[in-house]
Amino acid sequence: MGADYSLAELLIVAASEAWRDNGELLASGIGVVPRLGASLAKLTHSPELMLTDAEAFLVEEPVPIGARGEYRPQFSGYMPFARVFDCVWGGRRHVMISPLQIDRFGQTNLSAIGGFARPKVQMLGMRGLPGNSISHPNSMFVPAHSPRVFVAGEVDVVGGVGYNPKRWPPGASTAHLDLRYIITDLCVMDFGGRDHAIRVRSLHPGVTLAQVRAATGFALEAEETPPSTVAPTPEQLAIIRRLDPHELRAGVLKGNPPAGDARAAPS
Amino acid sequence: MLDKTLTATAVVAALADGMTVGIGGWGARRKPMALVRAILRSALKDLTVVSYGGPDVGMLCAAGKVKKLIYGFVSLDVIPVEPWFRRAREAGTVEARELDEGLLQWGLRAAAMRLPFLPTPVGLASDVMSMNPEFRTVRSPYPDDTLLLAMPALRLDAALIHVDRADRLGNVQTLGPDPYFDEQFARAAERTFASCEELCERLDHTHGNDARMNLVERSYISGVVPASYGAHPTSNPPAYGWDLEHLKAYTALAAAASGWEQYTRSFLAEDEAQYLERVGGATRLAGLPLPVF
Repeated sequence: MGADYSLAELLIVAASEAWRDNGELLASGIGVVPRLGASLAKLTHSPELMLTDAEAFLVEEPVPIGARGEYRPQFSGYMPFARVFDCVWGGRRHVMISPLQIDRFGQTNLSAIGGFARPKVQMLGMRGLPGNSISHPNSMFVPAHSPRVFVAGEVDVVGGVGYNPKRWPPGASTAHLDLRYIITDLCVMDFGGRDHAIRVRSLHPGVTLAQVRAATGFALEAEETPPSTVAPTPEQLAIIRRLDPHELRAGVLKGNPPAGDARAAPS
Repeated sequence: MLDKTLTATAVVAALADGMTVGIGGWGARRKPMALVRAILRSALKDLTVVSYGGPDVGMLCAAGKVKKLIYGFVSLDVIPVEPWFRRAREAGTVEARELDEGLLQWGLRAAAMRLPFLPTPVGLASDVMSMNPEFRTVRSPYPDDTLLLAMPALRLDAALIHVDRADRLGNVQTLGPDPYFDEQFARAAERTFASCEELCERLDHTHGNDARMNLVERSYISGVVPASYGAHPTSNPPAYGWDLEHLKAYTALAAAASGWEQYTRSFLAEDEAQYLERVGGATRLAGLPLPVF
């Protein structure tokens, strides 16, 4: 059964929930779905959030994605990278990124595949993952839920730190380690299981728990029948369509399926 | 009166094999590429390069100038992974020290303040510790007794930055929305060389109203090098955007066995005047659109 909104739109709405009741912090959504999610959050349930123009200024009106035509952002404040770093270490930020790999502890990798010393594939590098993960709330967006992303064992390179006791030296503080949500094309998960284990919170329409488990390289906690991910409202869809006038969201998921389409089982 | 004007060749002559060189800018944004190209044309080698990396790092790797890299990332922004950096890393031709972006700044700040290290929890529990086996931890001497990484000072023999305007005294201004970490690079370095779009006699006489755009005070600037479009192919907002067409051609060549020889032959040329002609001339570069984020 299809719906009159796309799966990407469902994921944007799910992503926006990550920033609910966060207070007055910098909502950083990296990539199309996280950015639209943060923007939607500010325009609906959490107007206190701070957003940037994705360059160096704060805005109170979320900036639409892509070529702007006549639109000119109006700036309310200043947020160059140096201040972003200050927000990170000061804990006043919640970022959502798409790591290459995530393990059962929530440790994440953007650095390299096949080990660091002589990588099979060199990727971006550490970027801000160690600092983000040890300093403030973090969420993740995974456009193709598979065992290649949700790996068995540990990620190849630990950039973002997680709930792996073996990685924490005695005396190090985990006080600000705060992993929140993982939004994928199959489900929404959080770290609410035993000892912060990853747990399925909701399944997208048409997706089964068995399918999610088969696409994950480690055991997931879940209720027997998790609820269905909440559908977008017409108001939310109108905002999303206004903020993404060039429909970049249609390129996020392979084939841009409608929500409720049976997703192909991952190979 | 001071006159810090230099040529790019003179800047390279002031550097030596084995030095630690910091490079300002961020990814594909406001990199001192004219100075980097001067290094590419020289015999300089065995550099340790510290950078929020973009094509500066990729080109220096491709040309065999780099012994060791210290970086948080190396990216061309819209092309997420710098292709020549990737090639060097996968071939194992450079020693790599990867850092969290904030840690890199922290190391520069320690150097700037002449401290041996600055403490932070960032890096603990991550592979930053295994990638940098020389890193040590400290305990807070206060009642919290917390374990912290002692991020060592990143002392630079030289820093290279690109600015919009400089004067002969070494005053510099940059007009773009983000100064990145150029100030910290300059403060961490023994000497800093700034290439500039426009060389002025005295900024106080002509552009005093933009003094707020002064990146760092002139006592940190050892030399200024006139270099129009000196950040090309990276962006220098608001004057010009990055040259995506050029970056794509540069990226495609990384897949070819003799790609760097081809790049050198096609573009690098004898000097900057020739380079600018080969990449399309000043009129084309002036029209490069600013990226939309």
